[in-house]
Amino acid sequence: MNFSVGLSTYLLVGAMLFCLGLYGLFAKKNVVAILMSIELMLNAVNLNFVAFNRFLATDRLIGNVAALFVIVLAAAEVAVGLALVIAIYRSRQTTNVDEFNWLKW
Amino acid sequence: MFTQMHSLYESAWVIPALPFLSFLLIAFVTKRSKGLSAAISILAILTSLALAIAIVLGVVGSGAEIVEHPAVVNVNWLDIQGLTINFGTLVDPLSTMMLFVVTLVASMVQIYSVGYMHGDRGWSRYFAYQSLFAMSMLGLVISTNLLELFVFWELVGLCSYLLIGFWYHKVSAREAAKKAFITTRVGDFGLLLGILFLYGQFGTLDFAQLAQAMNANLQGLVLAGGVSYITLTTFLLFTGPIGKSGQFPLHVWLPDAMEGPTPVSALIHAATMVVAGVYLVGRMYFMFQHAAPSALEFVAGIGALTAIFAASIAIAQDDIKRILAYSTLSQLGYMMFALGVGALTASMFHLMTHAFFKALMFLGAGSVIHALHEKQNIWDMGGLWKKMPITGWTFFIGVLAISGIPPFAGFWSKDEILAAALHNGHPIIYAVGLFTAFLTAFYMSRLFFVAFMGPEKKENHPHESPYWMTVPLIVLAFFSVVGGLVALPTHNFAFFVRDYVNLNGVVALKEFEPEGLAWGLAGISVLAGLLGIGLAYMTYVRQAIQAEAVVAKFPGVYKLLKNKYYIDEIYLWLIHHIMDGLAKVLYWFDIYIVDGIINGLALITRGSARGLRRMHTGQMQTYALVFFFAVVVIYLVYTLGEGQFAALNPLAMLGGVK
Amino acid sequence: MSVTAVQAAQAMSPLLPIALLAPVVAALIIVFLPKEESKTIKIVAALGTFVSLAISLYVFFAYNRTVGGPQFNLTLPWIKDIGVTLAFGVDGISLPLLLLTNLIGFSAVYSSWNIDKRVKEFFVLLLILITGVMGTFIARDLFIFFLFYEIVVIPIYIMVIIWGSTKRVAKEYAGMKLTIYLLMGSAFLLVALVMLYLKAGGQGNPTFMFDELARRQNLYDPNFQKLAFGLMLFGFGSLISMFPFHSWSPDGYAGAPTAVSMIHAGVLKKIGGYGLIRLGVMVLPIGAKFWAPLIAVLAVSGVLYAAFIALAQKDLKYVIGYSSVSHMGYVMIAIAALNPTSLDGAIAMMFAHGVMSALFFSMIGFIYEKSHTRNIADLGGLAHQMPRLAVGFLLAGMASLGLPGTVNFVSEFTIFMGTIKVFPVPAILGIAGVIFTAVYTLRVIANVLFGPRRPEWDHLKDLRGPELVPLVIFVFVIFATGIIPNLVFGLINSGVTSSGLAKVLETLGQAKIGGLF
Repeated sequence: MNFSVGLSTYLLVGAMLFCLGLYGLFAKKNVVAILMSIELMLNAVNLNFVAFNRFLATDRLIGNVAALFVIVLAAAEVAVGLALVIAIYRSRQTTNVDEFNWLKW
Repeated sequence: MFTQMHSLYESAWVIPALPFLSFLLIAFVTKRSKGLSAAISILAILTSLALAIAIVLGVVGSGAEIVEHPAVVNVNWLDIQGLTINFGTLVDPLSTMMLFVVTLVASMVQIYSVGYMHGDRGWSRYFAYQSLFAMSMLGLVISTNLLELFVFWELVGLCSYLLIGFWYHKVSAREAAKKAFITTRVGDFGLLLGILFLYGQFGTLDFAQLAQAMNANLQGLVLAGGVSYITLTTFLLFTGPIGKSGQFPLHVWLPDAMEGPTPVSALIHAATMVVAGVYLVGRMYFMFQHAAPSALEFVAGIGALTAIFAASIAIAQDDIKRILAYSTLSQLGYMMFALGVGALTASMFHLMTHAFFKALMFLGAGSVIHALHEKQNIWDMGGLWKKMPITGWTFFIGVLAISGIPPFAGFWSKDEILAAALHNGHPIIYAVGLFTAFLTAFYMSRLFFVAFMGPEKKENHPHESPYWMTVPLIVLAFFSVVGGLVALPTHNFAFFVRDYVNLNGVVALKEFEPEGLAWGLAGISVLAGLLGIGLAYMTYVRQAIQAEAVVAKFPGVYKLLKNKYYIDEIYLWLIHHIMDGLAKVLYWFDIYIVDGIINGLALITRGSARGLRRMHTGQMQTYALVFFFAVVVIYLVYTLGEGQFAALNPLAMLGGVK
Repeated sequence: MSVTAVQAAQAMSPLLPIALLAPVVAALIIVFLPKEESKTIKIVAALGTFVSLAISLYVFFAYNRTVGGPQFNLTLPWIKDIGVTLAFGVDGISLPLLLLTNLIGFSAVYSSWNIDKRVKEFFVLLLILITGVMGTFIARDLFIFFLFYEIVVIPIYIMVIIWGSTKRVAKEYAGMKLTIYLLMGSAFLLVALVMLYLKAGGQGNPTFMFDELARRQNLYDPNFQKLAFGLMLFGFGSLISMFPFHSWSPDGYAGAPTAVSMIHAGVLKKIGGYGLIRLGVMVLPIGAKFWAPLIAVLAVSGVLYAAFIALAQKDLKYVIGYSSVSHMGYVMIAIAALNPTSLDGAIAMMFAHGVMSALFFSMIGFIYEKSHTRNIADLGGLAHQMPRLAVGFLLAGMASLGLPGTVNFVSEFTIFMGTIKVFPVPAILGIAGVIFTAVYTLRVIANVLFGPRRPEWDHLKDLRGPELVPLVIFVFVIFATGIIPNLVFGLINSGVTSSGLAKVLETLGQAKIGGLF
């Protein structure tokens, strides 16, 4: 059995991570868990970026740069998201997304 | 000589322009100064009168030249593709006669108004309207084409509306003004249609060009049912005069129009505006000659019907102005049937003499009303003969003139109409005319005997009117006496205002044949007049015949006449029940059906929104799930369906757009 | 005519965009003024609209009628990829309407002189509204035309629901109805426009220019023309309140403040007629010919139907609202007749009706503002207390019933002349409508102005100062153009004959194209 760690391996791991995140996004009821799932998806994307850069464009750094962007973005997103969660928790005393239904009037 | 006269004719536009200028001046400058307003207005109309007299003299001097070659000036007014209209002035004997009559009566009425309207709050407004009216009427009579005529035709209608409703605080005046406008509008509808049809067929509205075009080709202009285009158009044109000249069945507005100040009634509703319809038929007479005989027969029939119909109503009226109004209607009917029997000359002649004596009588009535402080019922008057000698004498002249007693003006013209009716083969019309002459003499002398000769009422303190009012009376009385003498010795009037004759489809002016008076026929009509006066004398002065007894014998007839054949009631019923009813029904339809559909659509939208709202749970996670699967589906379509699904690509629809 | 004259006439000119921008600049200045300075705000608004009015008057008289065609052009490429051009210019068809817009815009400022609720916002919105309407008339590019048309809707909605009045229907309802109706119409229109654009640009070189669209007529097959014209007919037809898509108009006018009623009835409605001529007839003649009989029937039904309903109204604004529906019927039947005379009449009628209805609404606005009622039965004898207002009201009424001497008569006559040969029966019925117009107009005049003096109205003050501006302007225009009709008709005629419209109509007349019936 000739097994080598190639591009497809990384993509496979990335896809698995993404699906885990997606599942968490749809299935979890706790808003903190959902935020974590989103983080998972973002990191799956990061993995893909880095892998593509390593295997397809070794002479340039575009994939790495994109991954850095995503990390910065994710940090910002978590900051805003957690702030929102705290604000909501203060007013509703809950972190359960089923009760976050003010979009429906 | 003739060229000099021509430059005079070409400046005929000044005649209506002067009153218009005076209207503008009064409206914008001198409104606040009563004296100045009246002075400007009277000065303008007197200057116009002087010019009109100059033109009359010029026309008489020119003789046959002007009859065959009227002086025409045209200026373009509207020029677009498919429609070219000129405005201009036309000086021929007919318009000259009208210019003279209108300026004379208008200036007399304006001078009279200085006395009559003394102290009225709307003084300046009154003179402004008078000037505007004079402008419109003078413009009407010198129009060169039908549209120009129609423009002024409507403007005199506007002035009539404004002047009938002059005392707008009176509800009756306001309603009368509205009624006058709307009733004449009904007639104008037909007139407008006629004008459109004429232009559509001949491409011109100019009188001279129309006359030529009709002579040139009339064949092949037959509509369905054998009615020729010309005949149809003629009938349509005639509805205008039916409205304006108060012919049956659109006569209802004229008696009500008496709500206006009396000088206005004299000028507009007796002497000038109401004869515009007669004038229009006279102007377009060549077309009536071209049309099928039924057209002229219709004119004659309507005219005769109106003549006798209005005269019969006049017998049973008590209001001095209303009697005169019905008399005007009756005399207008006379002019109409004169046209109908082919006597254009006689009709125009009567138009002129009637203007003099009817204006005179209206102004006389105004003088009486003024003296009795707005009393209009003739039974409240009486004994005025001694207290108001000038008014009494001039009014008496008017009565004699309208009754057709020689040598007063009415005798000549009325006799000529009756002679023409018999001569041209309309014996029934002649009989109706003769009987109407008898009725006219009767109710006019009834009015005169009751108001002037009857017993004095002690609550009245009449006194003769001021000179402002009596001088116009005397001037008009003078014309009522001598106005008919223009027919002597060999009928000079007919030399200038000629009849038309239709020879094998070509209508031309008739050759002038000097003719004397048919003394036999004249005798009969004078007899009818004298009979009427005599009957009134016996009834109301000698009291040999008891009027009350006659009424008691025929209560139904009296009631019918007193209530004017209930025509007003029928119209009112139609307006209130049919027209307003339809309006209400349609309004209901608009609110509940048309708008109901719109609101129903809105309700459906809202209802479906209420249903579909339930699909939205408000759960972000659900939305995200749907979103995710949608992305998957779109991805599948684009990757797996390459080729088959290309048509679904919305961008591909934009074609060359990248 | 010499070549130089043609060149001079067609030279670039920044005048029209300046006229367009003047109200915008005024609106911007007002934005920066403190809201307490209501006098200054009004003066700035008046100045802004006056600049536009002065420019459009200059353009009106400087326009070279013998050369014709679009003049005072300014063409700048804007979005090259999809062929949008920033093109302004006027010809004989749009110039009378441009002048009308500015006459009414200027007077509308004065008609709103006594407003005291949220003055600043009101005038900002009013100026935007005027700009929007003006833009539709000077645009030579379909995209720009549509852009300005959509701009117009927004201020109208806000103005109705804030400054409107609630009578038979709530002002919110009126504003909503007005807006939704117009948006529905414009949605259909948008579909038609996109279809047209795709069809015209199908072989490359996309364009939105009116002239260019009209020039590519061979690209539009008859079926396409029928469909596209049908959509436009609904869109523009509901804008011009064609029966049975008229019901927004009386309610909308009744709810709207005076200035909006004036602008809406005066010019905004006319965008419908203008669009139908400019886009419908000129670009899609076969479609127009196909729909013409239906338009004629609907138009004449509208004339009579609305005239009758006006008889049954108790509120002054409703009378005029329905009367404007009735008058627009004449415009529609004239468009349906498809000949140069009738189209001359249609454009002139839009001008004439605009001036007349603006005068009417302005006078009614003053009556309402002073007496706080528009109920005809409550009014009466106002000529005693307000003679000047009575003159304005009376003259507006006379213009409404088409009295000779007013421009309304000339345009009605022209319309009848143009239609009677094409559609004899509808034309005759339409002319009969003149009688009913007289009935309701005279009834209103009699019941509002005349009759005994009513002491409860003795406190009313007659028009004075700035309130007189609309009266003087409109009365002058009505009579000046009515007595010398060539002033405006000559221009319109040059527009109709030189814009290629006459040629289109001529070929249509010769071609045997089956109508709807």
